[in-house]
Amino acid sequence: MVQGVDAGGQTLLEVQGLRASVEGLEILKGVDLTVKTGEVHAIMGPNGSGKSTLANVLAGKPDYQVTSGQVLFQGADLLSMEPEIRSRSGIFLAFQYPLELPGVRAWQFLKAAVDAQREHAGEEELSARVFDRMLKEKVELVEIDPELVKRAVNEGFSGGEKKRNEILQMAVLQPKLAILDETDSGLDIDALRIVADGVNKLRNSSNAVVLVTHYQRILNYIAPDHVHVLIDGRIVRSGGPELAHELEERGYDWIKEAVDAGV
Amino acid sequence: MTQTSVKLETYRTGFDALLQEAEATDPQWLTDLRREAWSRFYKLGFPTARRGNEKWKYTSVRPLAAANFDNPVVIGFPENINAADLRLVAPWNDAWTNLVFLDGHFAGYLSNLQNGAGQITVTNLADAIASGNPDVQIQLAKHANIDDDGFTALNTAFLRDGAFVNVPAGHIAAAPVHLIFATTGQLEHAASYPRTLLLAGANSRVTVLESYVSLAQTPYFTNAVTEIVLEDGAQVEHYRLLLESADAFHVGTSRVYQSKDSTISSASFAKGAAMARQDVQVTLDAPGASCSLNGLYMTSGEQHIDNLINIDHAKPYTKSRLFYKGILDGKSKAVFGGTVLVRKDAQKTDAQQTDKNLLLSRQAEVDSKPSLLIYADDVQCAHGATAGHIDKDTLFYMQSRGLDRETASRILIHAFASQIIDTVELEPLRDYLDDLFLTAMPTASLEFGGR
Repeated sequence: MVQGVDAGGQTLLEVQGLRASVEGLEILKGVDLTVKTGEVHAIMGPNGSGKSTLANVLAGKPDYQVTSGQVLFQGADLLSMEPEIRSRSGIFLAFQYPLELPGVRAWQFLKAAVDAQREHAGEEELSARVFDRMLKEKVELVEIDPELVKRAVNEGFSGGEKKRNEILQMAVLQPKLAILDETDSGLDIDALRIVADGVNKLRNSSNAVVLVTHYQRILNYIAPDHVHVLIDGRIVRSGGPELAHELEERGYDWIKEAVDAGV
Repeated sequence: MTQTSVKLETYRTGFDALLQEAEATDPQWLTDLRREAWSRFYKLGFPTARRGNEKWKYTSVRPLAAANFDNPVVIGFPENINAADLRLVAPWNDAWTNLVFLDGHFAGYLSNLQNGAGQITVTNLADAIASGNPDVQIQLAKHANIDDDGFTALNTAFLRDGAFVNVPAGHIAAAPVHLIFATTGQLEHAASYPRTLLLAGANSRVTVLESYVSLAQTPYFTNAVTEIVLEDGAQVEHYRLLLESADAFHVGTSRVYQSKDSTISSASFAKGAAMARQDVQVTLDAPGASCSLNGLYMTSGEQHIDNLINIDHAKPYTKSRLFYKGILDGKSKAVFGGTVLVRKDAQKTDAQQTDKNLLLSRQAEVDSKPSLLIYADDVQCAHGATAGHIDKDTLFYMQSRGLDRETASRILIHAFASQIIDTVELEPLRDYLDDLFLTAMPTASLEFGGR
């Protein structure tokens, strides 16, 4: 395969003709997407268009069956990897509905996650002291309540706290490709700003972000380089930030109509 | 029926031998008690899972009855057993008062009683009986009723030794009392009948730990009875460890009687035995009495564990908390039953009973039927039971953070068990249990179900 290098950086992710089903129902009907380092992509679309399915398929959720197409991550076949290998290789999915881990201490969970990642990279485990210091830095970076880290992961957290906790996990794992699945949903404006600030602080020229969202609102805080419109399992339009504004003003119906009309 | 009677004949032979042997040393009241208990057992026999017998609905004792265990004779202690052997199979702390019993008999040479201070009595029951201790005569068998319980009757008939702990009013036991009941395997195919009597005087405080362990991998039968009496304002911290060998049968009966403003916090941890039954009954017999009973059981293979816990709220302003958890692997089976009874006069009762089970395999099975029986109208009572597999969406969430399924499962199981282990206030014991339950996680047959 070709490792493209242009102004956008190195190719991180290449999705080619991806089709996927859940319980026999085809959701993704041929998705193509290329993400390079340093880029922010927004994937927008109405409810039921397949946005979350795309995010989950990339992360390896077993409920979905990929029926055709391929996905290359840093040149490697992503779809053949177990979810944990994808994570250790640098893919991070911020969940739309983060799960509660009853009784599992955040500290212990994140330490285990970091150790797994380091082992995968051939690095030594972090000492508890070094990890503790790193975690404290990340807690400050993403402006999360330090008390949340002392509790069980997401157990009894508010919706906003769960979303913020996802960003903390992202900060700790420092993925190359972060996929944020509707991270903006259910957040008030202050929480949204904090989450967006966290993401912006974690962005750099060697990683990339894919924002999956229904609304344009989060894009006021995290500026996308590319905007894609996903309708009925296909990316029907791609453009720059102006496309998001157009969607905000006109909704999705005009695009559906344009697509149906073959425009 | 006839077959059962035939089985009981070997117990009769054993009982006759015991009576003859013990007659010389037993006080008359004990001989009378034995005879009465024996006749009760002979009449009741081993309980059957017949219709209407709710207490034994899900647990068959047929294999236990059929095994026809021999009754113990005193043959002296095996010389090759030392303290180091015990430390391998039971928690041990030199700062505790440790009483060791081998095959049901007190082994003074393995025990350290020097930590038992002042007026607090910590001794073996046989010595307490021999010395004519009046409290023993008054309290023994007063709380563990032989009338309708075959196993209690059997234990009482064959009672030889065990522990006697008596904390006088106002005294605080400085050191935890650890009772280790170990089966050595030197007596093949034998039963033992450990008996414990704990008397906590008014406003006294004491911590007692019962450990049932094995030094041998042979089939045997432990039939233990514990009676705990709390006078007004007494505070008892109680632990029970069931770590019998994989081929063992264990029936443990605990009876707790509580007076005004007394508190017992008890935690039970069970991992061993082919078939285990733990029957606990707490009687809250005066206002302000409260009990907190926690439990954790972990089974695998074809193990069967049955927890029956009855709480009797006999008087108003009493409180009970019951929280048990089970982790089941393989084809093992757990039964959880029992009733929180709130009597007519027991207004302002506050009771909760919860049993949660984590199934690690498709073949594991739980019958959890906690129940409430409420005759008062101004009470706060709640109960619930759950059983489920590890949630696959939760696993995926953890995998998406880089943890493989096995590691993720271990972390979830650990967290599940920790909720009970963390209730243990005795730190060395908590550490011991942490290792015991958390480093020995089943992995071979991890299966993952949906919601």
